[in-house]
Order: sequence, then structure tokens, then C-alpha cells
Amino acid sequence: MQIARDARDRDEGFGNFTASQAMVLRNKQGKESRRQLRVKVLEVADDGNKTLFVFDEPRDVKGTAFLVHAHKEESDDQWLYLPALKRVKRISSSNRSGSFMGSEFSYEDLGAQEVEKFTYRYLRDEPCGAFTCTVTEQVPTEKSGYRRQVVWRDKEELRLWKVEYFDRKDSHLKTLTLDKYEAHLDRYWRAAEMTMVNHLTGKSTIMHWSDYEFGTDLNERDFSKTGLKRVR
Amino acid sequence: MAHRPRLLQSAAAAGLALALSGGAAQAADIETEVSSRFSLESRWYPKTALHPGQRSHASGFTAEPEFYAEDEEGRSLTVSPFLRYDSADTNRSHFDLREAFVLLYGEAGDGEWELRLGVDRVTWGVAEVRNLVDIVNQTDLIESPDEKTKLGQLMAHGTWSADWGAVELFLMPWHRERTFPGSRGRLRSEPVVDEDKTTYESAAGERHLDWAVRYSGSFGPVDLGFSYFDGQSREPVLRPADFLPIPGLEQPIPTALHPHYEKIRQFGLDAQLTTGPWLLKLEAIRRLGASNRPAAGNLFQGEEDDYGAWIVGGEYAFYSVFDTEAEITLLAEWLWDGRGAERATNAFENDLFLAVRLALNDVESTEFTLSVVQDLDHAGRLFGFEARRRLDDNWSLELEGTVFQDIGWTGDSLHGVRRDSFFGLNLIYNL
Repeated sequence: MQIARDARDRDEGFGNFTASQAMVLRNKQGKESRRQLRVKVLEVADDGNKTLFVFDEPRDVKGTAFLVHAHKEESDDQWLYLPALKRVKRISSSNRSGSFMGSEFSYEDLGAQEVEKFTYRYLRDEPCGAFTCTVTEQVPTEKSGYRRQVVWRDKEELRLWKVEYFDRKDSHLKTLTLDKYEAHLDRYWRAAEMTMVNHLTGKSTIMHWSDYEFGTDLNERDFSKTGLKRVR
Repeated sequence: MAHRPRLLQSAAAAGLALALSGGAAQAADIETEVSSRFSLESRWYPKTALHPGQRSHASGFTAEPEFYAEDEEGRSLTVSPFLRYDSADTNRSHFDLREAFVLLYGEAGDGEWELRLGVDRVTWGVAEVRNLVDIVNQTDLIESPDEKTKLGQLMAHGTWSADWGAVELFLMPWHRERTFPGSRGRLRSEPVVDEDKTTYESAAGERHLDWAVRYSGSFGPVDLGFSYFDGQSREPVLRPADFLPIPGLEQPIPTALHPHYEKIRQFGLDAQLTTGPWLLKLEAIRRLGASNRPAAGNLFQGEEDDYGAWIVGGEYAFYSVFDTEAEITLLAEWLWDGRGAERATNAFENDLFLAVRLALNDVESTEFTLSVVQDLDHAGRLFGFEARRRLDDNWSLELEGTVFQDIGWTGDSLHGVRRDSFFGLNLIYNL
């Protein structure tokens, strides 16, 4: 718990950032398809962050925007803006284990993991690459697609390097590995590459992050329902 | 349609205004973007037509490009024309300026103001089957009988929003006429609507200034909207006209319907409760000043009849069905119109809508929807089918079907289209 809390505390104070996200979805036969989107995040004091996803590719969903108001205690609020219908739709946030855009990442994997929503157990320390990692088991306390997650964090900067996801039957479902860390504003570590492998289906998704910009002029209003209709 | 050049004029004026304001700042810092949607469409009508000249097959295409320009300060111009060609119905081949507006916004106290000037589209409502409260834009009826496609509306649209929600004001100086199928088109009335003979209750005609105001806000799991509209109805009264005496018949028969737009006021409420896998929805209106349907035997006009109507229902989602990514959503809505079956001007006076949607959540975003609208007063029902699948980054395929069944009651608003069940196949290219 302390590690998770420290990791969160270290990341506090970023204010806001924007970034581009490219995903390559690969099926068992190796067939690939691409997703291109932009992500905007606003830090909210004493509550979960507000996140806006704007889709650029595939082209049939271009301009679609997905707004999440995460909460520490109660369930998240989510809205979808559909440009063809010019309509903002409030959608259910209870499908946490559902696939995000057909990828191996679920909504649950993408959302900021609120420290309060897990219980923790220290497993061991072990080397991971150039670092020493603390291996922890975390069990979700709210409805989740997973029974538990095993998490590798380095001792130096508390960066996340690997997560193993176990489904409700406790079989090893997916593995996430993170790479190409960069410090933004000398402080906020972000991985530029995240790879999620599904061991059950043989499918995988590589998520590439780029164009990080911290301290932009984003504010509350850009994350409101009115702001959602204006999104490009 | 006589007003189109004027619409274009105002769009051009709006564009010019932005160009000038942009020019005053730094012309070089304008970002532009072009995106487009094209489709090849085909429709089959399996049943023989009711009227001579109507075909059993129609094909065509649509083009809907969008041009967008934004300057350094976030001011933007959006222009989006729409064009359809239809091989069977000359009325369905049509052009519309869907959008041509300037968007400005900025801070206002703890909140924000936003202004949209020009031609734009606005959708209100939460229900699935139809949106009772939605009244800003006119229906582009020849696009689809589901009345969900809208024509662009010239307006000044101001928004003031903050933590407490958003208040919007709409001024609409130009009324758009509803589009109707021509004599060779399917899904038409008998006799056909003659759009050149449109009349208005207001002396100002189409230049009457309509206005509307709306408040909307989110309170935890509840999203609420209150609206008020004062202006010319988007739903015309269709008056029988151009009577032709028939030898042997006592009464001459009408050979055309003339649209007449009345002045109305409408209060609207829409609400949604989102909790877990449940969405519960309500839409209700009270409309004042509109005529009801003429009583049987009276061909001409109904009486002014203030009424209330509502849709209440919801949806429930089952996630990860059969241990896959697939999701099944069940939807149910009950539609009620206080005027009842004899006096209501649409077919949904006491109807039950049921639907099931299967979303595979796969790479191709494959989705199927099956629905039925059952008339609870009479036997008629309406089946709907929709399927959609992405083929690659640019191409998608859509299948749709609408089946009218047991529309035997001659008083049913759908009686005239009872033989116009259709299936459609659309190939879409997004650029």
C-alpha cells in the first residue's frame, strides 16, 4: 500500500498533459490493425483525474470523443460524443473489463488505478533489467475483470515495469510490459511503449505514446459536456 | 427551394467574418483540416408498390465533406455540405448545407461562454426510438423514415456553462421545410406532398424568428435537460388540396397535400439515470398550439389541441457474454401521446419499443441491432434490423432493414407505407 501511495504521491502535481497514442493490434495470425488517438488528462485535487480521448483512426470513428471523470470512491462518470449525431451520450462505466477499441487493453487497464481501490501484499524483491524491483500483489476491492494483479515497480523511481493479470478463475490472462521511460518536467515518468499480451487468445497490442506536453492551457471547461461537443 | 441561396449567403458571411478576424491576427497560424464521408447505397423493396411509377429498387450515393479551420485563439469555422443522388426518386436526390458556422468561446466568471453562429445541427434527447424533445433542426425525412437525420438550421446559439450546468439560447431566423419523397419514391404519402405550396400560420412566413432556451446539467448519476421552444413547428400539417372531381363519386378527391406550418410552443424534459449496467430514460413534452389529426370524414384540418407526450424506458447491458468480449444490450421504451390513436399526428400514440443489440467489441467493431415497435392500440408493428462492420481503416459496411407488418387499420399513420418494407446495403468510405 505504501509503495502504491508513494508512487501516486510522486506523480502528483502534474496539473495536466496531452499526448498522442498509437496502438497496433495484432491477432494470433499476425494480422495488424491500427488505432490513432489523442489523450488529454487533467489532474483533479482530492478526486480521480479527468481524461479525454479523441479518436483519429480508424476514420469511421474520427472525431468521436470519450470523456471520463474518475472518482476515488464512487464509480466513474463517462460520456461519449458522437460527431455524426452531434450528440453527447452518458454511458455506463460498469463495463470495466470490456475491450478498449478492440485492443487487449480494457477500460480498467487504461484508467488511473486509484490506490484506494486495491488491497496490497508484498511478495519479494528481484532484479528487473538494470534495477531492483519490488513485486507486489494487488487485489481489486471493487468489481473488476481480474481476481488479482502482480506488479513490478523499481525501487528507485517507483516506475511500473510489468503487470501480470489473473482472471476470475485465477489463470494468467494477460501480461503488460512497459518500456522506454522518459521523465517529463524532470519528474513525471511516462513509458513510451506499453505491450499487452493476451495468453489465452495469442493476441497482443502495442501502445506507443508520443508528443507529451505538460502544463498546457487545458482547464476544467475542456473536460465538461459543453467542451466535449467542441472537441477536435 | 427558394431559401437555399440565402442560407448559403449567410454561411458565406459567417465565413468572411472569420476570415477577416483571422486576417487581423496572423493569417499564417490558421490550421485547416478536411475529412469526408462517402457512401454507395442500395435499397430493395420486396413488396409490389402501391402507386404507379414507384420502383422496387433504388441505388445512389452520398458525399459529406467537412472543412475545418481554426486560428491560434481557438476560433474556428466548420463547413459541411451534404449531397445525395438517388436513382429512383428525384426528390431524394438533394443537397443540404448541414453545417457552416463560426465557433467562439472564452471564460466567463467561474464558467465559460460559447457562441456558434451560422448553420448548425443540435440534437436533444436521450431515448433510442425517437427524440420527442428534439426540435431545433428540421427532419430530412427523405433520408430515412426514422426521422433521425436533420437538415442544417441557421441560428445564433449561445451557451453559458459552469459547475451548475449549461444554459443555452437559440435564435432561429429562418424556418426550414421538411423534405418529402416525390411521386416515384417509396415511403411516400398518397397523394404526394407538394412542397411548393407551403404555407405558414405566421404572416412572417419562413422568416419568423423562432427561439428556444435549454438548461442541462449532471448531478451524480442523473443527467437532466429542460427546454422551451417558441416558434414554427417542424412538423407540418398536411392539408389535402387540388381536388379532382371523379365521375360517379360524390366527393372530389385530393391530388396533393400542402404543408402548413403552425406557431407552437413546446416544453420539454429529458432525463437519464445511469447506474451500473442500467440506463433509465425519460423524455416528455407539452406542445401548445398544434392541430390534431382531422376527425374521420373531415378531410381538411384538425382542431388546435394542446397535448402531452412521453417516452419512458431504459436499457440493460450484459458484458462479456459467453466468455467473450461481446456485449448484449436489451432496450425497452414505452411511447405515449395524450391525443390517442384517432387524433395523434404520428404513429406512436401508444406503442412499445423493444430491441436487442449485440456488439462484438472486436477489431472490426461488428454490431447487430434488432428492434420492434408494437402498436398497443392496433395490430401494426414495425421491425428494424441494423448491422455494421468495419472492413479496414477507411471502409465500412452497413446492412439495414425496416419491415411494416399488419398495418391494416386505415387510420394508422403508417397505412400509406404498409407495402414499403425495405432492405438496404451501404458501403461507406471515410477519408
